[in-house]
Amino acid sequence: MADYAHPEALVSTDWVAQHANDANVRVVEVDVDTNAYKEGHIPGAIAWSWTTQLSDTVRRDILNKHQFEKLMSESGISNDTTVVLYGDNNNWFAAWAFWEMKMYGHKDVRIMNGGRKKWLAEGREVSTSEPSIAPATYRAVGPDNSLRAFLDQVQAALAARSHHMVDVRSPQEFTGEILAPPGLPETCQRGGHIPHARNIPWSKAVNEDGTFKSAEELKALYAAEGVDGSKPVIAYCRIGERSSHTWFVLKYLLGFDRVQNYDGSWTEWGNLVGAPVERGASAAKTA
Amino acid sequence: MKVENFSERRLEIDGWPVNLTTYQIGEVFHCRADNVSPGAGLARTTGATREEAEEKAVARARELLSRTRRREV
Repeated sequence: MADYAHPEALVSTDWVAQHANDANVRVVEVDVDTNAYKEGHIPGAIAWSWTTQLSDTVRRDILNKHQFEKLMSESGISNDTTVVLYGDNNNWFAAWAFWEMKMYGHKDVRIMNGGRKKWLAEGREVSTSEPSIAPATYRAVGPDNSLRAFLDQVQAALAARSHHMVDVRSPQEFTGEILAPPGLPETCQRGGHIPHARNIPWSKAVNEDGTFKSAEELKALYAAEGVDGSKPVIAYCRIGERSSHTWFVLKYLLGFDRVQNYDGSWTEWGNLVGAPVERGASAAKTA
Repeated sequence: MKVENFSERRLEIDGWPVNLTTYQIGEVFHCRADNVSPGAGLARTTGATREEAEEKAVARARELLSRTRRREV
């Protein structure tokens, strides 16, 4: 991990096995729901549901500052706690949690490289019991909206061609052949992608075992599509969780300064009346 | 408890690639089916045997994938 721009943002499964029960460490399994956690999880880990705990359940948004502080407090996390996130789906939702924690200024948050799958594949110890947690005091700062792209910013970036737009969905979603990942409900009115976006699926950033590719490989992957950090980057997908994964790669593993996650993503853009949409493969690379 | 008998295999259902991840925790076999690209979870099932857990996961994945429409682009 030494070649990454911020190697401190990643920990290995070995590290977690050794430190999961340290007094100042809180391990959290993050998923779209917590059914995987209930099967068996890293001993001592708690669970966060993306659907009900990391998102506002009334309006479509991340938690507000008060909600975030409450979640941290109830999770026994104080401002100086080392938080280690991992989850299913190759850490998609763990990456979302990482992004959200950074928006609210948490200093020491890390992702377990390889996520839940790697822990299971290595035949490690799991538990089905939930730890009892003593509440902590937490004070958030922010949110730091420089890490997030809103619709008007994406529209302005498109008009000015000022950003590299990275669509991290599958090629079939990108072209418009399908409106949602196979087997999932269609959540948009139109298929395709934001004009001039480059299609670099999130999965190209990881190895077969779910761990991130080397810094050199990642740099080459994005550079091949013209994404080299020379312009600000906006990453998007369908609901913003896969693009959190790519946001993490670009900002923390490659060290690009200006990377935003457009969490409105295709479920926003693909439902907008009058929004420009490009279908099929992308046109020539943006400069 | 330790995770045992972890395995992954790929198959095709209704023209879609599907990845089955199966493992044993205690006496229970767990199976997760995902759609490979992008890798979203389709089913999470259990069984007393590997075969039972996988059969349930394949059935559920088939049900969901049959609803996916391809469009001409």
